[in-house]
Amino acid sequence: MNEIGLRVLVVDDERAIRRYLHAALNAQGYTVYEASGGKEALNMTVADRPDLIILDLGLPDLDGVEVTRQLREWTHIPIIILSVREQESDKINALDAGADDYLTKPFSSGELMARMRATLRHSTQSGSDPVFETDNLKVDLTRRQVKVGGEEISLTPTEYDLLRILVQNAGRVLTHHQLLRQVWGSAYESEAHLLRVNMSNLRRKIEPDPTRPRYIITEPGVGYRLRTES
Amino acid sequence: MSTSPPNNRPDPDDLLARVQAEEKQRERGHLKIFFGYAAGVGKTYAMLEAAHQRKAEGMDVVVGYVETHKRMETENMLRGLEVIQSKTITYRNIQLKEMDIDQVLERRPRLVLVDELAHTNAPGSRHAKRYQDVEELISAGINVYTTLNIQHLESLNDVVAQITGTKVRETIPDRVIDEVTDIELIDLPTDELLNRLREGKVYIPEQAERAIEKFFRQGNLTALRELTMRRAAERVDDQMLDYMGKRAIPGPWPARERLLVCVSPGAASERLIRAARRLADELKAEWNAIFVETPQQIRMTAEQRDRVDRMLRLAEELGAKSITIPGQSVAETVTNYARNQNITKIIIGKSQRSRWSELLRGSVADQLIHQSGPIDVYFVNSESQPSLKQPERYWQPHRPWRRYFWGIALVAGATGLCALVAPYISPTNLVVIYLLSTVVAAVFLGRGPAILTSVLSVVAFDFFFVPPSLTLAVSDTEYILTFFGLLSVSLVISYLTAQVREQADAAQRREAQTAALYELGHDLTAAVGLEAVAKTIIDHIGQIYSREVALFLPENNDLKLYMASQDLSVAENELAVASWAFEHNQQAGRGTDTLPDASMHYQPLKTTRGIIGVLGIKPLGINTYLSPDQQRILDAFANQVALAIEGAQLVEHARQTELLEATEKLQTALLNSISHDLRTPLVSITGALSSLEEAGPALDEEVRKSLIETAREEAERLNRLVGNLLDITRLEAGAMQLHREACDVQELIGSALEQIGTPLKDRQVNVEMSPKIPLVPLDFVLFSRVLVNVIDNALKYSPLEKPIDIRARASKQDLEISIADRGEGVPVDDLERIFDKFYRVQRPDNVSGTGLGLSICKGIVEAHNGCIRAENRHGGGVIFTIRVPLEGTDNQ
Repeated sequence: MNEIGLRVLVVDDERAIRRYLHAALNAQGYTVYEASGGKEALNMTVADRPDLIILDLGLPDLDGVEVTRQLREWTHIPIIILSVREQESDKINALDAGADDYLTKPFSSGELMARMRATLRHSTQSGSDPVFETDNLKVDLTRRQVKVGGEEISLTPTEYDLLRILVQNAGRVLTHHQLLRQVWGSAYESEAHLLRVNMSNLRRKIEPDPTRPRYIITEPGVGYRLRTES
Repeated sequence: MSTSPPNNRPDPDDLLARVQAEEKQRERGHLKIFFGYAAGVGKTYAMLEAAHQRKAEGMDVVVGYVETHKRMETENMLRGLEVIQSKTITYRNIQLKEMDIDQVLERRPRLVLVDELAHTNAPGSRHAKRYQDVEELISAGINVYTTLNIQHLESLNDVVAQITGTKVRETIPDRVIDEVTDIELIDLPTDELLNRLREGKVYIPEQAERAIEKFFRQGNLTALRELTMRRAAERVDDQMLDYMGKRAIPGPWPARERLLVCVSPGAASERLIRAARRLADELKAEWNAIFVETPQQIRMTAEQRDRVDRMLRLAEELGAKSITIPGQSVAETVTNYARNQNITKIIIGKSQRSRWSELLRGSVADQLIHQSGPIDVYFVNSESQPSLKQPERYWQPHRPWRRYFWGIALVAGATGLCALVAPYISPTNLVVIYLLSTVVAAVFLGRGPAILTSVLSVVAFDFFFVPPSLTLAVSDTEYILTFFGLLSVSLVISYLTAQVREQADAAQRREAQTAALYELGHDLTAAVGLEAVAKTIIDHIGQIYSREVALFLPENNDLKLYMASQDLSVAENELAVASWAFEHNQQAGRGTDTLPDASMHYQPLKTTRGIIGVLGIKPLGINTYLSPDQQRILDAFANQVALAIEGAQLVEHARQTELLEATEKLQTALLNSISHDLRTPLVSITGALSSLEEAGPALDEEVRKSLIETAREEAERLNRLVGNLLDITRLEAGAMQLHREACDVQELIGSALEQIGTPLKDRQVNVEMSPKIPLVPLDFVLFSRVLVNVIDNALKYSPLEKPIDIRARASKQDLEISIADRGEGVPVDDLERIFDKFYRVQRPDNVSGTGLGLSICKGIVEAHNGCIRAENRHGGGVIFTIRVPLEGTDNQ
């Protein structure tokens, strides 16, 4: 993917963080814009049309979740939110409001780049790649075929749907609500145990060691993510 | 006045008392009494006149209660003065008007007018008498003008009754007069008063017409007038002496006399006590009242006992110290007491006993005269009023008849026995058997039957065994001597034995009370903590007085019920009475003069620090008064109780202070430790970065990489430490909220291992899960952190080549996860302490970490109602076991 020329809007009230992100992203070839508050961020999104927004949740004027919500009213620009360790509910709210992924402060540059790549890849794909392959796992969406180590395995329709959604969002986090909504329907948004049980079964079928999952990673308190890079 | 040699030096104790009294006066209001010798002399009018004058001078004057009796002139005087509305109290369907004391207290005037000081308030009022209302106003610092007639004075009550022939019921104690700042004598020549009476200007209650006729006679009025003037003069005399005393002016100070008056159940005691008071006044002496509880007195009727109690209380009200002492003989006990207390004069009533019994026993008076030695004995004439009949000494109406039959049976038995041995023993010796029967009767049956037995023995002896037998005639006159001997010895034995028994009973009763006091004290010292102390108090006092007890303690300046006997419920208005007792440091409730309609008696608990609470006692029987002895014991109890409660409270306070100190010390140590732990990684980070900055490109590639890696690792370490500190703070503050959801245990373990990351590289971890573990309601985020900390711990403290074993299984009630390593294990003493904050097992290889991880685990696990423990493992290493309940698995 060509990152040169891609425009990133960094929104954080801390100057030091903005400086660091600016430097790190510049080094990778991105063009960086900075905003220090929610309202400024909204204005600059309209004015400068970035390709990606890195948005801190703890903004002084407008809540990060609120900014996400307002942005999602008119744009699909990918948003990665920055959060602090204990803000699980804020993270979930932001993700449910339309953010694509999150990073927990402090994070390393490696993590940042990986998330950005995954998010941008997903957004620039016109349609999803019909075949997903990583390590020993191969999922063919057109043929509804899942193979582990070359061997085809049979999944229940629910398990397949679950895997499909994860594959279609490969590399990005999906909240429990989002998964439940997309696999079972909005009425089942709070039936967490459905998700747990099916996830457990799915893992047992596709993971070499279900106690040390390599493909489907649990994001504690938030949701699940299908890992794309080892 | 006294004729004893004067002592010219002012007594320093006296001086101090005066100064203290004066100080007290300054804070209290002034009381001025408009004093008169009869109704109609113009006291109320004079009071109102004075009030108007004060008002004109600018003083804030208010009328509390003035009785105009609808007299025009008095009503006119009221005009221009602010009147406080009186309270209406309904009593037995009658509307009665009383002074509204609360309104006056709220209004806080400089001066308030309160008519008729001796008035008795309607039931339901705060105090029984108006003079107590006035005392309360004075304590609050409000000045009072009031009116009073001479016949209402306690000490003069009987004198006035003598003069006028009518006894006035409403009296006030003399001490109220003595504490008065000012008395204004309102005088009117008797002729003028009689004129006013004829003109209808004097108030006469309808019922009293005839009595009033008797009262308003020239001779009476003159006598009363003189008495009044004399009393007022006495007061002036007192004031003069007071003045001289304050300025230490030497004068004819009277010698220190001490009087003792002997109280008996007879009706004359009242007069005696009042006379003693007058004498004490004249001599400026202290005086005591004594009642001797002889064995006869033990058998007093309840009415007599009540009278004695009332007499002793009256004496106390009039200023004496009263005491009850048990004893064999009145004279002996009194003289002993008198000698011990340095009594100089004994006052006793003239005997009421019949000549006959006096001859037999010698009167108490005679005995006293003989035994009193240097102490003067005064005899006061007692008016012989038809008093209660003194119970016949030998008549025991309440003894069951059965005993007399037993007495007769004894005699019959003795007779039978004698008949058996008669052939072998001479008749005179048979007397012994009869004597024995009398002794038996005296010990077991009581005085009456013993006496019957004695008499019957003589008769039986004469009839059966003295020749000629079967007649009462006597052949040999020597036998008369035998009869006489038998009878007298029997009677003496009966009397003595019975007396001994009765005294033993009385002593037992008294001992029981003392024992109870001792036990209370003993148990109180053993009771630890305020609650235990309160329970001990309630149990003991309830037992001793056979009453229900409640303990009130203050909480934030409000008195609240702390503990009470079982089944005792305390109503709201009872609490108000208790609060009153608390605020005014006076007894209140039933049996006192304040709020006597309450259902309980309230005793304030005092210590040197002040009033610390109130003890409420609910009487079970009709006996509404506590006898002075019971009152004294209650006071003693109250003292002990107060001290015990104060002690418990102080201990608690000390404990809390100690705790506070210890906590502060610990906090300082912790802060130091945390500060160090936070700074250490920063040293490496700052060092590495600054080196890179300084040396920059000059550095070797390897060195640069190593510095950067160091900085990164230390930054991660700092991040973990900050996280731990935040966790532990949140746990401590109770701000950690659990978001429970159904969790898959396998997922939990997997997530924990994922979160650990790099330290797991090249380490073997075996995970064993039993099948069919249900979903468990846990907070996923927090619980995975628990697993992270424990597994991390295991990784840190065991060598690289040894594996970590994780096991999970479920029973019917719990989920159990165990994490075991093959490291060195933990010393047995530390197995529990490793879960303490900042605790690190001492190890030769300085393992990094703050010692917070396991304490956070414990906090989170316990928040889930679970438990975590560590044990040393067979074959080396430690195994951590976490157990949480599976409750709520029905949410599947």
